[in-house]
Amino acid sequence: MTTPEDSRYAKSHEYVHMEGDIGTIGITDYAQKELGDVVFVELPQVGAQLELGDELGSIESVKAVSELFSPVTGEVIEVNEALADKPELVNTDPYGDGWMVRIRLAARDEVDELMSAEEYEDYTKHESGS
Amino acid sequence: MSTIIEKPEAAAKLAAAPAFNREGLIFEHSKKGRRGYSLPALDVPRRELSDLLPAELRRDTIDDECEVSEVDVIRHFTRLSKLNVSIDAGLYPLGSCTMKHNPRINEEIARIGGFAQSHPMQPEDQVQGNLELLWNLEQSLKEILGMPRVTLQPVAGAHRELTGILMIHKALATGGNARKYILIPDSAHGTNPASANFAGYGIRELKSNSRGTLDLDLLEKQVDEDVAALMITVPNTLGVFEDQITAIAGILHRKGAYLYCDGANLNSFVGIARPGDMGIDVIHSNLHKTFSTPHGGGGPGAGPVGVSERLIPFLPTPTIEKGDDGSFFLDYNHAASIGRVRAFNGNFGVLVRALTYMRSMGPTGLRRVAQLAVLNANYIRARLKAAYHLPYDAPSLHEVVFSDRNQTSRDVHTLDIAKRLMDYGFHPPTIYFPLIVAGALMIEPTETEPKEELDAFCDAMLAIATECEERPELVRSAPHTTPVRRLDEARAARQPILRWKP
Repeated sequence: MTTPEDSRYAKSHEYVHMEGDIGTIGITDYAQKELGDVVFVELPQVGAQLELGDELGSIESVKAVSELFSPVTGEVIEVNEALADKPELVNTDPYGDGWMVRIRLAARDEVDELMSAEEYEDYTKHESGS
Repeated sequence: MSTIIEKPEAAAKLAAAPAFNREGLIFEHSKKGRRGYSLPALDVPRRELSDLLPAELRRDTIDDECEVSEVDVIRHFTRLSKLNVSIDAGLYPLGSCTMKHNPRINEEIARIGGFAQSHPMQPEDQVQGNLELLWNLEQSLKEILGMPRVTLQPVAGAHRELTGILMIHKALATGGNARKYILIPDSAHGTNPASANFAGYGIRELKSNSRGTLDLDLLEKQVDEDVAALMITVPNTLGVFEDQITAIAGILHRKGAYLYCDGANLNSFVGIARPGDMGIDVIHSNLHKTFSTPHGGGGPGAGPVGVSERLIPFLPTPTIEKGDDGSFFLDYNHAASIGRVRAFNGNFGVLVRALTYMRSMGPTGLRRVAQLAVLNANYIRARLKAAYHLPYDAPSLHEVVFSDRNQTSRDVHTLDIAKRLMDYGFHPPTIYFPLIVAGALMIEPTETEPKEELDAFCDAMLAIATECEERPELVRSAPHTTPVRRLDEARAARQPILRWKP
């Protein structure tokens, strides 16, 4: 599994990649592997105001439907429309073309509370195979 | 009157195709001009269709009309039926689904003319026997569940959940505060949060403890004045009994909230313990599970809901009552009722089958159902636990949940094991559920399986475990003996073909 150093990670397996006060959010490589082939992604409307921990959308794989949670507080400024036709991008390129939403953060320092790549990798070792 | 469209390309394709290696659709058997009937010559004056039907109700052509003879139809569907796997052919161990044998006496009684040919709009005095049957069924369920009243209207699992939550909502709203949230453990049936949400509530999920049951400290913290109820499945989807259930009821009741029990797994304790004695306010039972009526494509469901004393005023109308003169009648006079949740009296034919089952089993027989359901599940658990990982060690009741953890190091996963079981002639168990177990294999044998069938299943599972070690590729590429091989489930979901086209 890959875990880019330049992103931060939530316990519910979303990543946030920051550029200025804009965070790009998706699910991690570990999460996409656990879910299996993704067949549908439901995302919020542009303009939606999300609190930390709010439901961001849902993701359906051949195994199950899972909820996505917002790892930060802010306004949704863009969603990845390509996932409507190509949900498999979440599997093939979770940190690239498989991104889900872009959020303008209300409080930039919220991401500091999230895990680093190293901490997240360590976290997944304890999670797997329960 | 229809004009037949010539489809030369389609006909040519059909003629050129090699012998079908699969049955295909009925449309693919179509041959121009074939008929399944032949009518005698017209012996009345001919009328044009245009004289009989207005233009907007007519069409001149039918695209892709399926033209087949009677023998074509019979052979097509008979061949398809031979591909079908059913409980009548063998063990069907779908966890959480309770695929048990449906005794044929149920069918015989349901076909008695007075039941089968009566109409729900008939006046009460003509259908006293039917009303008496409904009344008797409610009495039996009251006794089995230990609840003071039961409604028979809901016709499926999620339907009865919605009915139960609507009653709780009405009761709380009548008290002045309908509240906002329903608490649901992460081991619940997936329909629970969906039904609660449909009834207008937000969901708060409760994490299970390491035993797979509810953490009382966590519950105590989560129950506040905004919580309407806890929806809990007993025993839960791990097959583990919530042994703190009366304490759970106490915590909720002290805060004015209700305890809703998903009774889909009643077959594991029917005749042994009663939900009403555990402080439960609402319990539903799936007649199509515990009480042996057909399901899973075999027939409609029925999901009676039992309620505690304080929810009786809110039951759906009408209720079935017995008058002082011994006659039975429908009582619509319940001002606080949530109203109807279903036309007439639910799926009456299913209710007939369920009462037949209860009466043919008797109290002792129903108790044996639970005992044998638990024994069979534990027999499988004991035979397989050395080969398959058991993520929760708490005692199992009617079903047992394994995971693929012992096999993943060989890159063999739950889906592969399930597919390989088909080569051994068994319907796979439920997989990847409950969600709290990674790679879950959820096995529910039910009480109607003889030991020989359980052994054959366990032998197959053990053989597959050995294959995972010695020939993992064989398991990864399964199934090998089925009419079609491994299906591309992701592509089927991503690009579904929902309509046949020539």
